[in-house]
Amino acid sequence: MKRLFFILFIIPSIIWAQQPTGKTILEKIDKNMAAKSTITTSKMIIRGARQTRTIEVKSWGEGDEKSFTEYLAPAREKGTKMLKLEDELWIYSPSSDRIIKISGHMLRQSLMGSDLSYEDMMDNTELLEDYDAGVIGSETVDGKNCWILELRAKTAEVNYQMRKIWVDKSRYIPLKEELYAKSGKLLKRMELFDVTKIGNRWYPKKMIFKDMLKKGAGTEFIIDEIEFDKKIDAYIFTKASLK
Amino acid sequence: MIRFLFKGLLRDKTRSLMPILIVAAGVALTVLMYCYMTGVLGEMIETTANYSAGHVKIMTHAYKKNKAQVPNDLALLNVNELISKVQKDYPTLKIVKRINFGGLLDSPDETGETKKQGIVAGISIDLLSKNSKELDRLNIRDALRKGRFPEKSNEVLLSDQFADKLELGPGSKVTLITSTMYGAMSIQNFVVAGTIDFGMEMMDRSGMIADITGIQDALDMKNACSEILCFLESHTYDDLEAIDIEQSFNAKYSDINDEFSPVMSRLKNESMMSGYFDYIDNFVGILIFIFLFAMSIVLWNTGLIGGLRRYGEVGVRLAIGEEKGHIYRSMIMESILIGIVGSVIGTIIGLGFSYWIQEVGINIGGMIKDSKMMVPTVFRAKITDTAYYIGFVPGLFSVVLGTMLSGIGIYKRKTAQLFKELDT
Repeated sequence: MKRLFFILFIIPSIIWAQQPTGKTILEKIDKNMAAKSTITTSKMIIRGARQTRTIEVKSWGEGDEKSFTEYLAPAREKGTKMLKLEDELWIYSPSSDRIIKISGHMLRQSLMGSDLSYEDMMDNTELLEDYDAGVIGSETVDGKNCWILELRAKTAEVNYQMRKIWVDKSRYIPLKEELYAKSGKLLKRMELFDVTKIGNRWYPKKMIFKDMLKKGAGTEFIIDEIEFDKKIDAYIFTKASLK
Repeated sequence: MIRFLFKGLLRDKTRSLMPILIVAAGVALTVLMYCYMTGVLGEMIETTANYSAGHVKIMTHAYKKNKAQVPNDLALLNVNELISKVQKDYPTLKIVKRINFGGLLDSPDETGETKKQGIVAGISIDLLSKNSKELDRLNIRDALRKGRFPEKSNEVLLSDQFADKLELGPGSKVTLITSTMYGAMSIQNFVVAGTIDFGMEMMDRSGMIADITGIQDALDMKNACSEILCFLESHTYDDLEAIDIEQSFNAKYSDINDEFSPVMSRLKNESMMSGYFDYIDNFVGILIFIFLFAMSIVLWNTGLIGGLRRYGEVGVRLAIGEEKGHIYRSMIMESILIGIVGSVIGTIIGLGFSYWIQEVGINIGGMIKDSKMMVPTVFRAKITDTAYYIGFVPGLFSVVLGTMLSGIGIYKRKTAQLFKELDT
């Protein structure tokens, strides 16, 4: 009788107690993915309907409100710069020699024909700040045991009202992500690879984004170099640095 | 006899004035309605053909599938070579290249920073070639409000309403932010040459017209375009001729397994146009038939009343020995005269009003503020050959039929009872 009680109640309780809550998992993901500041050199490989383009960029980011991106290649995009301050985005293009403000729904448009929007590119908000999370199951992704988290937006202003994340149980890093609209429609799918130890955090150096409403094979985002929590000159995040 | 009857009608207005007035009113309404419907429907078809569909149009299979999104990444390539081949195969076709584009139009302030912005819907056409007929085709020569037409590839026309919204005028610098055909961001400066009233709500809201070479540069579309529009030699859409061209072109050039191979589509097969043509074929036919039928009943009734009202007169004529057949025939002749006179007057009045609506038009801009269709804001009537005789159908035949029916009563009257009837 004692053995049966142990099997029926005590073992599940121990297992349940070992499973972290959605909030705890998000905190650990944010510790890996979010940073006070980042300086990144990356490549975007955009597989379009007719041709594949590779864009090289260097980005500086501070928290979730400031970011600056400079396009290094190809020739047509070289010298284009983008500055995001809070909810506003300015673009400088050398061909027109103008600084143009992008706002409203334009921020949700495709960035350089990729599967990412301007908002996706500039977003560095901690997940815990925007979402409530619950663990809804477990699954294996690329041979790694993962928790499946369902995230619900805390406010209506958040771009993706629901997310499903497959989180590596050992490294607390997402390996797969699905982004949904409020209606429940799947908008984007993301897969994360090459999870590397950088300092005291795990970070994926390759991501594949797929806009589910768009043709093409998706956009590959490869990080060549990344530095975390480095001091960035305040001048970078001013409009003067655009020209 | 006709002269005698005509004099009778002129002298005895009690039996001619009202019937003629009613016939004239009915005929005028019929003519006016026919001209208005013909004008409105024809204008909508030709506007759609000139702005977006051509009489037949060439695109890639992939572009055709997603054309509502204006997917220039799926545009036609090597278009100059393709146009040469098509022109050789169909020498009478008038062929033009078009690029449709959308994006953001940015108006700068004195320091060059964004002052105003608006979503733009643009068409690029051949504005600069000497022999180009595109300005006439889009019917915008008289629509110029400010400035002039573009003379360089970096000059554009904006809708007057849109230019006002962005606080722009002739000579202003604007920046178009859009995507190239390969998906890259394109930010290109243009100069506003002039502003125009398109007379179509959708274009007036956010329309821009640019030269095709300027847009080919901006969108990285050298020797490429969204669509090739072809117009029949007659300038009027002929579905049978369009079917022939469509079928032979597709048999020669189109490959269903290659999404980037060209495919031709005729105007009637364009989005919404098929339903529209069916609407013309069916609904308008039914509408005009119902109207003609209703008018026929009214005018027939006029003939009947006229015949019955003259019950006493017919009795007297019978009593003094006039033959029944002669009375019947004379009444029919009178009704033919009334029908002809009423129809002529009605047709003149109807054509007069139709001409006025043809020249001035009826502005329905306020009713279609949020329309996304290529619908003209000013509807005009169109006087065609049919308009000159269509009013005679209800005007003449109905009155005559009415008289013929009511006149049958003449044969039922008995001479022996006539004086009794006349006494009462």
